[in-house]
Amino acid sequence: MKIFDKDLWDEVMATLSKNMLRTFLTTLGVIFAVLILILLLGATTGLSNGFAKIFAGTATNSMFLWSQQTSMPYKGFDKGRRIEFTLDDAELLTKQVPEIELISPRTQLGNFRGTVTVTREGRTSGSSVYGDYPSIDRVSKKRMVEGRFINQSDLDEARKVCVIGLDTYQLLFDKGEKAVGEFIQVNGIYFMVVGVYKRNDNINFEGENSVFLPFSTFSRAFNTGDKIGWMAIMVKSNASVATAERKIKTILKRKYSVHPDDPRAIGSFDFSQIFQGISAFTFVLQGFSFFIGLFSLIAGVIAVSNILLITVKERTKEIGVRRALGATPRIIKTQILMESIVLTVFAGLVGFVISTGLLYVLNVQFGDGEDFPFKNPTVSIVQVTVLFALMVGLSLLIGLIPANRAIKIKPIEALREE
Amino acid sequence: MIEIKDLHKSYRTGSTSLHVLKGINFSVKEGELVAIMGSSGSGKSTLLNILGMLDGYDEGSYHLDNVLIKDLNETKAANYRNKFLGFIFQSFNLINYKTAWENVSLPLYYQGVGRKERKERAIAYLDSVGLKPWVEHLPNELSGGQKQRVAIARAMAAEPKVLLADEPTGALDSVTSHEVMALIQKINDEGRTILVVTHEEDIAHMCKRIVHLKDGVIVSDEVVEQQRVEANV
Repeated sequence: MKIFDKDLWDEVMATLSKNMLRTFLTTLGVIFAVLILILLLGATTGLSNGFAKIFAGTATNSMFLWSQQTSMPYKGFDKGRRIEFTLDDAELLTKQVPEIELISPRTQLGNFRGTVTVTREGRTSGSSVYGDYPSIDRVSKKRMVEGRFINQSDLDEARKVCVIGLDTYQLLFDKGEKAVGEFIQVNGIYFMVVGVYKRNDNINFEGENSVFLPFSTFSRAFNTGDKIGWMAIMVKSNASVATAERKIKTILKRKYSVHPDDPRAIGSFDFSQIFQGISAFTFVLQGFSFFIGLFSLIAGVIAVSNILLITVKERTKEIGVRRALGATPRIIKTQILMESIVLTVFAGLVGFVISTGLLYVLNVQFGDGEDFPFKNPTVSIVQVTVLFALMVGLSLLIGLIPANRAIKIKPIEALREE
Repeated sequence: MIEIKDLHKSYRTGSTSLHVLKGINFSVKEGELVAIMGSSGSGKSTLLNILGMLDGYDEGSYHLDNVLIKDLNETKAANYRNKFLGFIFQSFNLINYKTAWENVSLPLYYQGVGRKERKERAIAYLDSVGLKPWVEHLPNELSGGQKQRVAIARAMAAEPKVLLADEPTGALDSVTSHEVMALIQKINDEGRTILVVTHEEDIAHMCKRIVHLKDGVIVSDEVVEQQRVEANV
């Protein structure tokens, strides 16, 4: 007996197509199970993709680092001492911490989230003003609506140029007015606008009401020297942010004579932790979906097995005849098992097609929505393969019940005349 | 062909035991056409089941074509049935969702014969029973006599040593009964060994030898003059 024997398939299909309505109703359980499973798994992926979209443009393996006041006395220094990082620190860290992909130092007018008055032709805007390196664009991507972002030449030549956010543009310019090439004034100094950016529908800590200057320009114009406000640090994709953070803090604490246990002197924010939390959440959700799906699948397959038991009962005489004509128990068993597998896999395919269609509709309805994190609800090839393997395995296992019942039929009893 | 010596068979139901066959001695040579007669309860069905390897026996021996048939497992019994025996039943027992030729080819399928050859051979046998125009028809499109002819073709398909017919005319009217018996005679004329279980005297007399069973023993075993049936099929 070969599994791919055409005659065996003919036999199986003939029996299954004999009572189409019942065959279809039998498979409903499995269809729904697969439907639920694929929908849940797909929706979870959609949710996970939706979260990914929110974070798109923000390097997920990044952290921010800033200096504060010490909270513990150390090496003769009193507590409450203010530490200030400089460009040298960025260089030092890049050299000494191999996990670091890049450091983008930043300086800022006013305090964190503090604003400065920016003016143009009598109009004013209270904006955050940053001195940045072009590499900041790799950590937190900007969507340019006009012009370009700060580049290396701006930095090298300390050009008096700036990139402004859409909010700032709206406060300082007329609607539709071209901003690139125009000048705006920050603390009495003129800067030429080279670009306007828009928010990225994602986590955005800079907002749209900001003015970006090249770091070198900023430092000369506002006389801040080498001092930096904070650093955006991107860690190599194969390294852990937490490890890098620990090494960085150790180096900086030693350099600035900060007590090793001082929790306050250096502030930091690890972006990757948020992602880890969300990944864990979607992972649990996925496991949960699989669990529910698995049990509905078992229920569905049991329904199939049940109906096959009834068919075996109905076909007692037929099976008896087949046995009398020379069918071995093994042939009968193979046939019933094949019926079980074919029914289950067929139902699985139907469920799969329906659920894929539903996921498509869901994606059209909610995907890429502004306020709902949902995008590209899909199931992976691995998930589908596992699912189908599971269906074949389960149907084989549970199909053994009617198959064993069938081979217990004695031809002599089956053929007894009524 | 068939050699039965001192065959005993009892059925046990709980504490009571029913001794059905009480020492049967019986042999059939190749090419014989034997009728087995007896009232219900005489043990003729049990004997047929044992001959058909559908049931076992307690004592004695049963040789078919010099092979001892005893204590077979299911798989071996199935293979022997397929190789040695052809069954013809009272209620035909065709598979109703299979066409005439598919029914006939079933024993060949279990022998592992390829589909194309199976169909050719099945059609040849259907032709020999006069049903060539009906090869693609389902059993419920055929008359009772036609169904039994399909069943005979099926029994012949595997070219068995012995045909076992259990009341082959029991569900047929007298005209079709005679047609069927004519066919059985024709097959026997070609040299096939056939055993017919029946309770109808006239059917029994169409055979060459009649064995009477009563209460589990053979009461008479005589060669009779065969009553030929007009073959019009």
